[in-house]
Amino acid sequence: MLHKGVVRSVILSAMLAASIATAAADETSLHLTEGPGLTQVQASCSMCHSLDYILMNSPFQDKAAWEKTVNKMVKVMGAPLTADDITVVVAYLDAHYGKGAPAAP
Amino acid sequence: MDRRKFILGSTSALTGSLWLPGIVGSAAAQDLPAGAVASGILDALPGKRPLIKRSFRPPNYETPVSYFREAFTPNDAFYVRWHTGVPDVALADWRLRIAGPGVKSEREFTYDSLRRKFKTVEVAAVNQCSGNRRGLFNPHVAGVQWGFGAMGNAVWSGVRLKDVLEDAGLNASALEVVGDGAEAPALSSPDFVKSLPMWKALDPDTLIAFEMNGEPLPGWNGAPARLVAPGWTATYWIKALAELSVTDKPFDGFWMKTAYRVPKGMFGASGFESQDTEQNSPITAIKVNSLVVDPAPGAVLERGKRVEVLGIAWDGGSGIRNVEVSLDGGRTWRDAKLQRDLGRYSWRQWRHAIKPEQAGAMTVMARAHARDGSTQSETLVHNPAGYHHNVVQKADYHVA
Repeated sequence: MLHKGVVRSVILSAMLAASIATAAADETSLHLTEGPGLTQVQASCSMCHSLDYILMNSPFQDKAAWEKTVNKMVKVMGAPLTADDITVVVAYLDAHYGKGAPAAP
Repeated sequence: MDRRKFILGSTSALTGSLWLPGIVGSAAAQDLPAGAVASGILDALPGKRPLIKRSFRPPNYETPVSYFREAFTPNDAFYVRWHTGVPDVALADWRLRIAGPGVKSEREFTYDSLRRKFKTVEVAAVNQCSGNRRGLFNPHVAGVQWGFGAMGNAVWSGVRLKDVLEDAGLNASALEVVGDGAEAPALSSPDFVKSLPMWKALDPDTLIAFEMNGEPLPGWNGAPARLVAPGWTATYWIKALAELSVTDKPFDGFWMKTAYRVPKGMFGASGFESQDTEQNSPITAIKVNSLVVDPAPGAVLERGKRVEVLGIAWDGGSGIRNVEVSLDGGRTWRDAKLQRDLGRYSWRQWRHAIKPEQAGAMTVMARAHARDGSTQSETLVHNPAGYHHNVVQKADYHVA
């Protein structure tokens, strides 16, 4: 037998989860905040992975941390970004998903 | 032991009871980065029940803790973790090559020839991602922001890696066994390839597994075959295994040399000396850990009513000696009742009856001790990649 309290919390969880889950089924449902550099970010990052990598890794990385992440993607993972692309991408990530930025769903 | 009996006899009494997976009540939710909470929706991959989606591509999905009420994690609820993408390997086309300077003669097997030639054995073992609980790190570190569910427990069945290697014959120079899966790298990223030291590769419990919980491996979990390295984190359990190469020098691929590393000495000896450097070591054995599963943290408990707390505890293979529970913030501890021992690599279920007498907040702490004398950490041992989070959990409830 399940405890009553558990049942309540489980039903609540399921309702909330269902309401969230219906809104999304694949990565096309992911939306990043509008701002300068967004198009470059979408093009550069989604070559290899869905953009929820950015969402889940926010907002706790400062500009230096985002720079490190982007450089790893370029130098280790082979993302074909120019130096200018990197500057644009890092500036966008810092502005919208940097440390202290509001968590945007 | 008869496999069916093993599986059927060990599922928990709660199997089949009515419940739904949830993410919102999980204690992890408030500790994860806000962006991980917001994007961590429940989503069902084809053939899987709804799991907590961390990333769509590559698919990284974690198991809601409520599934850990069962001794063995259902295949369709087992977590999913890929680095670049999921290969689709037809069983008829599948080949396993054994090669490298460490073997006397090369081999190539089909699914049938491999299974015919070698004895089938099974092992119950926890499969835990190295980064399980990374999302709970404070301060946070970059990576897949897992909560508690990048793990599962299963009965793995297949042939011994040892038998296959010995069939090819090992040279005295053999140092590491390098496993490569069919997962293809994205762009020019490094191929996901991992090595094991000979002693671990030759351990009779290390398998090339085709089945989990009596069913063929789901594609999401590495069909047609994956390595099973019981007691070691899942990074070594190469999925969609395609080639084993026995080397005579340390394998230096990115995923060994650079990734999956912990600072030297921070967590004890790695047991993988050929991969140790002055600065760091590969992450290897799972650290002793436990988890409160039921009632789900955040639940409302009824005042004056007895309720049984169900949890699990596991380590890197020494086995669980005891699990203690504290209801007073860690001042006093009482032993929980360990459930059936399903093998030293399996997790061990435990139960502890409580009767909340005071209305308001209530915290249940659980601490596991392994047979090798190790115990869970009181405070986080912070490390750059976010590994080995085994801090004593505080499960918060509300009594009303």
